[in-house]
Amino acid sequence: MSLRNGPSRRAAVLALVAVTVLGMTAACSRKDDATADGKTKLVIQTFGKPGIDQAVAAFQAAHPDIVVDHQKLGELRDFQPKLVQWLGAGKGAGDVVMLEEGVLLGYLRQPDNFVNLLDHGGGDLKGNFLPWKYQRGLTPDGKKLVGLGTDVGGLAMCYRTDLLAKAGMPTDRAEVARLWPTWEAYRAAGNAFKAKNTGAAWTDSATGVVQPYAMQGGDTIFFGQDNTLIADSNPNVRRTWDYANSLISDGLTAKLTTWSKDWEAGFKKAAFATMPCPAWMTGVIKANAGDEGAGKWDVATIPGGTGNWGGSYFAVPRQSKHPKEAYELAKYLTGKDGQLAVYKEVGAMPSSPQALEDPAFRDSRNEYFGNAPTGRIFADSVRTMRPVFLGARHQEIWESVFMPQLQAVEQGKSTSEAAWKAANAEARGRVG
Amino acid sequence: MRQRLSRLDTTLSPYLYVAPFFLLFAVFGLFPLLYTAWVSLHDWNLLGGHTFVGLDNYGALFADPHFWNATGNTVGMFALSTVPQLLLALGIANALHKRMRARTAVRLGILLPNITSVAAVGIVFSLLFANNFGLANWVLGLAGVDPVNWTAEKWSSWSAIAVMVDWRWTGWNALIYLAAMQTIPADLYEAAAIEGASAWRQFWRITVPLLRPTILFTAVIATIGGMQLFAEPLLLASGRIEGGSLRQFQTLSMYIYERAFSRDFDYGYGSAMAWVLFLLILVASMVNFALVRRGSR
Repeated sequence: MSLRNGPSRRAAVLALVAVTVLGMTAACSRKDDATADGKTKLVIQTFGKPGIDQAVAAFQAAHPDIVVDHQKLGELRDFQPKLVQWLGAGKGAGDVVMLEEGVLLGYLRQPDNFVNLLDHGGGDLKGNFLPWKYQRGLTPDGKKLVGLGTDVGGLAMCYRTDLLAKAGMPTDRAEVARLWPTWEAYRAAGNAFKAKNTGAAWTDSATGVVQPYAMQGGDTIFFGQDNTLIADSNPNVRRTWDYANSLISDGLTAKLTTWSKDWEAGFKKAAFATMPCPAWMTGVIKANAGDEGAGKWDVATIPGGTGNWGGSYFAVPRQSKHPKEAYELAKYLTGKDGQLAVYKEVGAMPSSPQALEDPAFRDSRNEYFGNAPTGRIFADSVRTMRPVFLGARHQEIWESVFMPQLQAVEQGKSTSEAAWKAANAEARGRVG
Repeated sequence: MRQRLSRLDTTLSPYLYVAPFFLLFAVFGLFPLLYTAWVSLHDWNLLGGHTFVGLDNYGALFADPHFWNATGNTVGMFALSTVPQLLLALGIANALHKRMRARTAVRLGILLPNITSVAAVGIVFSLLFANNFGLANWVLGLAGVDPVNWTAEKWSSWSAIAVMVDWRWTGWNALIYLAAMQTIPADLYEAAAIEGASAWRQFWRITVPLLRPTILFTAVIATIGGMQLFAEPLLLASGRIEGGSLRQFQTLSMYIYERAFSRDFDYGYGSAMAWVLFLLILVASMVNFALVRRGSR
């Protein structure tokens, strides 16, 4: 068939125009937010493995007039840029969104993107959370509540019984905990371990101890309560830096970059004997060390006894058309029942003191880690933790400034003093 | 009336037929380009507001050591990967041009790396170039060489990334060269052979000069791709956008992403950088153009 002239040609042109126009209108069509039968539709957007399926089902059963659309949007790194764009564009974000702790702290700078949960009675929920967990969801002036806490990352020290035995050290978790009541004792035990030449390092990296150490060492780290940068003057930061560097100069670290392929392989190769492990890290260790590592790992109390690493929050974007219902959903999911349901589904550790005391959590054990009483160990570490003020850009200053510089020292590319100066200059340049 | 319509048809229709491309290009190509220029003149935070600041972003950019570091890394990795890549592709194409067994299978085979997902390539190669438990260091160990900390040094990380890029793109370029070689008349080679020219001489005196437009094309495409290098270094850095503890292998694209999407959502700054990168690619392509044209004259 020729398109040179005649009706077929005109038809082709028409078709072309029609397709173009159709394509454009389709791209501009909007999603509606009410279902056909008049129920309120709530969209909740999460990343990773939130484990809220059972909790959402229970919420829907209690609220027959609400339909919850749970959108799992991949890993944090995929989800976060999308969320920023949706918030910037004023549409696209769900009624409830999951914010990782570092991300939440960043949003506290622009709290107007989110509903102030205090307006919906969020202040009454204070007792439902560990004090520091609740406080981190507030703006520094305490006038706006942006996020309600989901899980926390209670801290313990994971260790390999086979490597400790090889060095002639105790392997029972109560005796092991007595090896390191303090961080200095942990370092001394590391040097004793090193002297036995097991072929393994004491810990995976110098960067792994930094957050646990600093969280115990004061009530501020990189930022003061007024959100000004105090990294160069806060003795807590300098002490932590010196401690991490002492592990490097003693040769106690395996120099593995956390989350690298090398680090993952290090678990299988038994490259290090201990590592500070938040509750969620037990799953990572199990996945990396694999079946042949079963029963070789155990969990003991962290030096200093307390600590937290990571965790998430639920927030309600201001663009939500149903802030009241969205608040109810976030409240349920972060309440005792919601958190225990999540714990049963994916093992995330509750931030509700009531849930932490519940036998369902407190009496739980981890089979992979020599049947250790992980519920009790992790719960104790977060319950006694003092609130530490982190500031909006804590995560950035740690992960992009101080951590790389510390890794450079570990790689032998820089010295402790030069890296300290470079990190502080970079932090100053970023924060101003 | 009918005649005028028909004349309108012949004069207007061609434009109508090419219009969809230009419409789409205007919407998805030209508009973002110009809008990015507009954004780059602002202090523009995606979550906050934006104020006009003129050329301040560009001023800050040229005083930013991370920007210059990323520029040096990008150009360095580009040179380190592209030069061997195109030379190797020429050699492979020349070999494939000869009669051999299973010629089609081999020709298709060299394209296989190119259709592999870049993420898969990055993950596999970052395993090979792992510092402690990687295959590359194991092989070096067999030869009695001390293990290399691939991500710690500039030269080692750049080499690892260049290997990834070349593994993926050499075959693609070879296939393009091969297609061009097949258009060269066989009697040229016959005549040269009768005159007593060796295969080596034939290659440099006949094949390469006649491939000139093709070489230019591949050089420009490689420039555009190489200057926007992103996935390979990101995966070597285990997903960390800084590209090494001291930014040993952070490319410009990575730094743009870091500033605009990853940390402080500074769209104005990221846009300014994107424009500088655009101009850099333009200049590099023109330099390539000039070099290839002059080199073959």
